[in-house]
Amino acid sequence: MTSRRLKRRFAETAEDPTLQVSLTVNGELIERTASVRMLLSDFLRHELGLTGTHVGCEHGICGCCTVLIDGKAARSCLTLVAQADGTEVTTIEALAAEDGKLHPIQQAFKESHALQCGYCTPGMIMNIFGRFNEPEPLDLSDQGIRTMLSGNLCRCTGYVNIVAAVRRAAQLLGRV
Amino acid sequence: MSTRQFGARIERNIDPKLLRGEGVFVDDIPLPQPLHAAFVRSPFARARIRSINIAAAERHPGVAAVYTCDNIGDLDVEMPLLIPHSSMKHPHTQRPLARGDVYYVGQCVAMVVAVNRYVAEDAAALIEVDYDPLDVEIDIEKAVEGGAPLVHADAPNNIAAHFVQVSGNPDEAFAKAEHVVKIRVQVERSTAAPMECRAVAARWDEVSQELTVWDGTQAPISLRGGLASILKLDEDKVRVIAPDVGGGFGQKIMMFHPDELLVPMAAMELGRPVKYIEDRRENFIGASQERTQIHYIELAAKKSGEVIGLKDSFLHDTGAFIPYGIAVAQVASTSIAGPYRIPNIWVEFKAVYTPTVQVTPYRGCGRPQACFAIERAMDQLAEKLGIDRFEIRRRNLIGEKEFPYPREGLLFADGLKVTLDSGQYHKALEMILAELGAANFAAAQQQVRAEGKYLGLGLAFYVEGTGLGPYEGGHVRIHPITGKVYVNTGLSCQGQGHDTVFAQIVADQLGVKPQDVIVVEGDTKAFDWGVATFASRAAVVSGNAIHKTATIVREKTIEAAANMLEADAADIDLHDGAAWVKGSNRFVPLAAVATASNPLRYAFNKAAQAATQFAPASRHDGPPLEEGKAPGLEASDYYSPPCATWAYGVHGALVEVDPELCTVKVNKYVCIHDCGNMINPMIVEGQVHGGVAQGLGGALYERLEFEPSGNLANANFVDFLMPYATEIPDIKVMHLETPSPLNPLGVKGVGEAGCIAVGAVVASAVEDALKPLGAGRFHQVPLTPSMIQAALDRAGR
Repeated sequence: MTSRRLKRRFAETAEDPTLQVSLTVNGELIERTASVRMLLSDFLRHELGLTGTHVGCEHGICGCCTVLIDGKAARSCLTLVAQADGTEVTTIEALAAEDGKLHPIQQAFKESHALQCGYCTPGMIMNIFGRFNEPEPLDLSDQGIRTMLSGNLCRCTGYVNIVAAVRRAAQLLGRV
Repeated sequence: MSTRQFGARIERNIDPKLLRGEGVFVDDIPLPQPLHAAFVRSPFARARIRSINIAAAERHPGVAAVYTCDNIGDLDVEMPLLIPHSSMKHPHTQRPLARGDVYYVGQCVAMVVAVNRYVAEDAAALIEVDYDPLDVEIDIEKAVEGGAPLVHADAPNNIAAHFVQVSGNPDEAFAKAEHVVKIRVQVERSTAAPMECRAVAARWDEVSQELTVWDGTQAPISLRGGLASILKLDEDKVRVIAPDVGGGFGQKIMMFHPDELLVPMAAMELGRPVKYIEDRRENFIGASQERTQIHYIELAAKKSGEVIGLKDSFLHDTGAFIPYGIAVAQVASTSIAGPYRIPNIWVEFKAVYTPTVQVTPYRGCGRPQACFAIERAMDQLAEKLGIDRFEIRRRNLIGEKEFPYPREGLLFADGLKVTLDSGQYHKALEMILAELGAANFAAAQQQVRAEGKYLGLGLAFYVEGTGLGPYEGGHVRIHPITGKVYVNTGLSCQGQGHDTVFAQIVADQLGVKPQDVIVVEGDTKAFDWGVATFASRAAVVSGNAIHKTATIVREKTIEAAANMLEADAADIDLHDGAAWVKGSNRFVPLAAVATASNPLRYAFNKAAQAATQFAPASRHDGPPLEEGKAPGLEASDYYSPPCATWAYGVHGALVEVDPELCTVKVNKYVCIHDCGNMINPMIVEGQVHGGVAQGLGGALYERLEFEPSGNLANANFVDFLMPYATEIPDIKVMHLETPSPLNPLGVKGVGEAGCIAVGAVVASAVEDALKPLGAGRFHQVPLTPSMIQAALDRAGR
C-alpha cells in the first residue's frame, strides 16, 4: 500500500460543455466559465468557496440550500448556475456584519437556541430573511410562523425554538 | 465568587460560526484537486452477480479509477463484526464491494473515482452488471417460517440471533395471575435522516506517509482503530477528524459503511485527495436503518392491577447484515418492563435477516419499540380491569424509596446487570396529570363530541439506560499566553452542544467564563483515548471525565498561585480568570500562573519574563522543574461508569381525530422528564424537543416502504414524510432533577429521551378519541390515516 510508485496522471477536468456566466454574488460581480450542467449550489460552494450554503437532499424538499435570487428565496440545488446568469444572489455569508456581528435573525437564533447541528440553519435563515425583506406584514401567529418555515426541514430542534426565534427576530427588527 | 455555570441557560459557544455559514462540514474542507467517488448500487434485493463490465466506465473522460471487488486488494473481505455476542450463530457483515452476491437494494457493487461527481455518476451509469435475481421475503414473520427464501444460506429460517433473558420466576407468576392480557404490537422501519448525509474525504501524504480522513462520524477514535487495522497502517499514521457534523442520531455511529474504507484506500492508491458525499437517495438505500420489531407481550396481573409477571417474545428485523450485533434488540429486551416493578420477566427475541439495508442503532435504539409494547399493554390491562390509565401506572411504578431497583438476570447493552438507580416516578405522574388537566378531560371530551369532534388523551412512561461505558477521558490545559482553557475529549459532536456544556463544567472549577473554555473534540491528533458519541452518554461519561480532570487542574492552579501570592492554598480562590487571595484585592491572572508553572528560557512576553531561569521568582534550589512534576497547568483523567444510569419520564398528549379525513392533530404535547442534574436546561430542552419531533415522525408519518421485491419505494423526502414545522406542535417540557447517585456530577443522559414514548402516547390518545366510534385498538406505528380508516370501517362507521 505504502510503497513508492510512479506518480499517476489524471484528467484535470471533465469534457463537459461550458459557458460563461456573469452574476452578482453578495454584492460582488462574478464572471466565470462553468459547466453547463453545474448546479448553482455547487458553483457557490466549490467554485466560489461559499460553503455556508448547504445541500441536504438535492431534490428541492429540505431547503438547506436556500439562497436569495434577486431578493426571493430559491433552491440553489434546483437551479443551474446558467439559469442564475445575470441575477443577484445572496447567501448566508452576506448576513453578518463585516466585523462578524450577527444579523438580528442570526442573533435571535442564538438567543433562542434555534439551532443544534447547524446544517439546516443557513437555508432556514435565508428563507426567513427573504420573507422579512418583503414589504407585506408578517403573520407572527404560531401558525403563521410555522407556515413561513414550511419549506425547510430540521431534524434536530423540533422547530419549537425556531418558531420562538422568528418571533424574537421580528422584535429585534421592529417588525412586531 | 463567580456565578455557578453548571445549571445555567448559557448560549452556545459554537453558534456564531454556524450562524454565519462558517461551519466546516466534510464537504466544506478545501482539498487540493480532489477526486470524487460515486457508487454503482444493486437494484435487486437478492441476486447473484454473473458479470461486471467496467470497460466503458474506465475509458470515460475524466475517470481516474474504477473499483470492483477484484481490485481492492486486502479490502475484499467481510467488514468487522463490531459487537460479537454468543447468541449470534451465523453473523454476517457486508463486503465493501459485493463479491458474487448482493443482499439488498443499494448495496455497493462498484466505485468510480473521477474529476467531479457529475462525471463519476456518468461513468457509474456505464458500468454493466449482469444479475440473476433470487427470491426474497421481506416480511419478518414469514421470513422465519420454514421454506422462506434465505438471505444467507447458512442461517436457517433467516435467524441471525436468538436470545432469552429471565428475571425472577415468570412461570410461577403467570400461574398465579388473576388476569392476563396479551397483545401484538408492531413498530415499522424508519431512518435517522440527518440533514447532512454521510460524508468522507481522505488525503494521503506521500512524504509523511500519513493518512488523514475527514468523516462525519460519531466515532472518530474507533474509526481510526479500524482504519489502521484494515489498511495495515500504524495508528499514529492515521488521523481521523470529525469536523462539524450535521446530525447523526446513531446512523453515524455505525462503521464501516463501505465508503469509509474505500475512499481512504483510493486516496492512498491514487495519490490525490478523494471525497465521497452521500446524496439523499443513497442515505435512504445505503445507510443504516432501524425500528422494525413485532412484539407479542403478555402481562400477568392481580385483580388490583398489580402486574406480577411479563412475557415478551419479539422479532427484530436486522436487515441483511448484523455488524452491530444484537445491541438494538438487547436494549429493547432489557427496557421491556419500563418504570414498573414487575418482578418476574421472560423476554425472548429473534433477530431476523431480511434482504434490506443493515439495521444498527437509530436514536432510541430499541427503546421506542419496547416502550410501545409495555405501554400499550398497560393501557389494555387498565381497560380490562376497568381502572383508569393513570391509576394502573400509579399502582405499578417503582417507588422513590425502592431504588436502586435491580432486575436480576437481565443484562443491558453494556453487559452489566440492569439496575434502575433513582427517580421520582410517582411525582412525574402527578405532574402530567395536572398539566394535561386529566381530571376534567372526560367532560371536555363529552362536550365537543356533540359537535362531531373526537378528542383523545394519551400518555406513556419511558425509562432509558444512559451513559454507558466503557469510558471516556478528559484533557484540560490552561494556556499560558491567553489564560484560556483548552479541553479535549474523545467524542465528536453532531449538534448536542458539547462545546458549551463541557465548558460550563470546567468554568466552575477554574473560575473562568464558559466562553473562555475552548473544547476540541473529534480529532484523533488532539486526543485519542475514548470511544464515541452514542447511547446518550456524552454528558455522563465525558462530562464526568472532564469534571474530574478540571478538579485536578484546579488543585494545581491553586498550589502554584499560593506559591506566587505567598499565601496559604486554603486561602486561594479562583474566579474572574484569576487566582485571588480570599478577602483581598491580591490576585494573579491564570495566564501568569500557567506561564510561571512552565520554566522558560525565552522571555517572549511580560508574563514570561517572570518565568525565565534568571527571574527572581524562578530561583530556588534544585532543577527548574522539580523532580516528578510536569510543566504547565494541565491534566488528563478518565471516567468509567459502574453501570448505566437510568433517566425516565412521562409524556402526554391531547389530540383531535377527524373521523372523516382520518387525520390526527396534536393539540397539546407535554413531557415530564428527568435526566438528573441538568448542565444546561436550554440545551436539555432542545434535545427533548428534537426527540419528540422525531418521535412524532415515527408515530404518524415516517415509514420506509419496502415493496415485496425489496425495493424501497419512498427513498426521498417527497414520499418519506419527515415533519416540517407545520406538523409539529408546541412542546411543553417540564423538568424533574433527581441526581444520579452513580457519578460525581449526578447527571443522566438525555439525547434519546424525547423520541422514546411518542408512538405509545399517540396511539393511546387516538384510541381514546375513537373509543366512542368503536374503532378498537391501535397497536402499530406509524399510525396512518389508512389505519384509522380501516379501523373505522371495521367498526361499521
